[in-house]
Amino acid sequence: MFLDVFKEIIWSLSANKVRSGLTVLGIVIGIASVITMVAIGEGAKNEIEKNIESIGSNLIIVIPGFQRGSAVSQGRGSSQTLTVEDADSIRKEVPNVKAVAPEISRRYQISAKGNNTNTQVIGTVGEYLIARNLSLNRGNFFSEQQIKGSARVAVLGSVARDDLFGVNTYPVGQYIKIKNTEFQIIGIMQAKGGSGFSNPDDAVYVPITSAQHYLSGDAYVNTISVAASSRSSMSLVQASIERVLSVRHGISASSQPDFTLMNQNDIIATATSITGTFTMLLSSIAGISLLVGGIGIMNMMLTTVTERTREIGLRKAVGIRKIYIHLQFLGEAVVLTFLGGLLGILLGWAMSAIITHIVSSLSAEISFSAVILAFGVSASVGIIFGFYPARKAAKLSPIEALRYE
Amino acid sequence: MIALNQISFQVGRGEFVAIIGPSGSGKSTLMHILGALDTPNSGEYILDGKAVSSMNDDELSELRREKIGFVFQSFNLLPRTTVMRNVMLPLLYSNISVREREERAYKALLYAGMDEGKFNNLSNQLSGGQMQRVAIARALINNPALILADEPTGNLDTKTSRVVMETFCNLHQKGHTIILITHEKEIAEYAGRVIAMRDGSIERDDTASFKKTGVD
Repeated sequence: MFLDVFKEIIWSLSANKVRSGLTVLGIVIGIASVITMVAIGEGAKNEIEKNIESIGSNLIIVIPGFQRGSAVSQGRGSSQTLTVEDADSIRKEVPNVKAVAPEISRRYQISAKGNNTNTQVIGTVGEYLIARNLSLNRGNFFSEQQIKGSARVAVLGSVARDDLFGVNTYPVGQYIKIKNTEFQIIGIMQAKGGSGFSNPDDAVYVPITSAQHYLSGDAYVNTISVAASSRSSMSLVQASIERVLSVRHGISASSQPDFTLMNQNDIIATATSITGTFTMLLSSIAGISLLVGGIGIMNMMLTTVTERTREIGLRKAVGIRKIYIHLQFLGEAVVLTFLGGLLGILLGWAMSAIITHIVSSLSAEISFSAVILAFGVSASVGIIFGFYPARKAAKLSPIEALRYE
Repeated sequence: MIALNQISFQVGRGEFVAIIGPSGSGKSTLMHILGALDTPNSGEYILDGKAVSSMNDDELSELRREKIGFVFQSFNLLPRTTVMRNVMLPLLYSNISVREREERAYKALLYAGMDEGKFNNLSNQLSGGQMQRVAIARALINNPALILADEPTGNLDTKTSRVVMETFCNLHQKGHTIILITHEKEIAEYAGRVIAMRDGSIERDDTASFKKTGVD
């Protein structure tokens, strides 16, 4: 019996291939755009998370707080309150810390062999590599010894190298001039890819002591990067840093601290919520096209019912029960949407592949849940929009249906 | 609106009855009731021992499937569908196996005088007479108690009409009960009994007017 239902559905759909095909197309486009939009949204989310994580894993960044003591606030990060000694005590007193790297960074005009560029000069220590997930391509990073001795040595980021010496050169041993002081190049960093405002590739690294001595001229640092040993220990580490620095800076419970902590997890959470909103927006636009596809199905089914009125009348006259007429028309709508859903998923998959191929800055990730959702939606579109025409067909009076011209 | 009023008659098993009347005489309404497509507002219709008047939709469907074979003026075949499939339509959604359905359709088509070479033709490739024979085979497939033909020759020329009417006469001779609805006197004359209708009631019920067939 149910085989009969199925056979009749296939038979009547294939009797009108063009119309069935066009109706399916509506659903295909709807489903495909939902899949593609969600995939691109997911891809963007993952890309952003990866970018933020590439700064370093489990990173907590300490920056100076407000400039205080005067009536005019200079804004966060403007004051000079952090020192290398702060970094040392974090290293000594805070448990579960993998690396602590104080950092002085400022932009300078740098020249080498007639070329010159304006870039970030970062004075730091060896642990910076661990904290920021960086590695060397050629040569060495500066040693403990070189830091102690304020050696005039520098490690170039790959972009800074490209700008000063040209692509694919290895100028280890050569000299660059920063603020009229010559620094010898002892290493080239591995390229990491841009991640927003502070591109680690477009930078020159020097020992922190040299930066203080030759460049900034004072003892303060801009930031202290602290890498916690694991993600779960981050909040504990953050609390410990706060305590240690508060004691060192003489901050009481009632006064505002002169430093700020930025937790990488918070940054990721913010970014994720932004991309989530973005995905929602895209998929609701796609959802509208799915709705339009559904209405297309209803339209087609209603036309079919009208067109096949006499046939319905005949079926009823020869004794086919209401329920089977209902099942047939509902089944036709469901089969169409099901087919549309299947093709839509394939097309959506192909479309996200093509889009990411053309626009290399986008990445797409098709999630299983999006596929299930799209399929569920298309099936319910079929049932919802197929129900009314099917009911209409089943309720036709055989006498009137047979008389219909 | 009163479509029919005060009608009462009996048709015995194996009878060939023609109901004749001009348009508006109520013969269509009568046919709908006889065909269990509609139930009368008042009064009784008993078909093969079953009271039809009080049946619900599904029971009426069941009755039409089991007891009544329809032949329509406009043939009402499924478009672009094979002859076999058309004849098997009333067996759809039943528990009868596909094989048995085909056997029954085959027999019914031969019975209705259909040319065997055309069994797998599409319905739109047939002539009017062939289409009506396919429709007759479809009406026969469940071996119904009553064959109800509504102007079966209305869309056919005189020659084809004669062929189709002879098919009905054949069925009558083999013992089938046939009610024929028509407005043409010549067609009605094939039947053994003619009920003439006018303005919703029976004007004449003439059992003795079998001129052409000579069958009793």
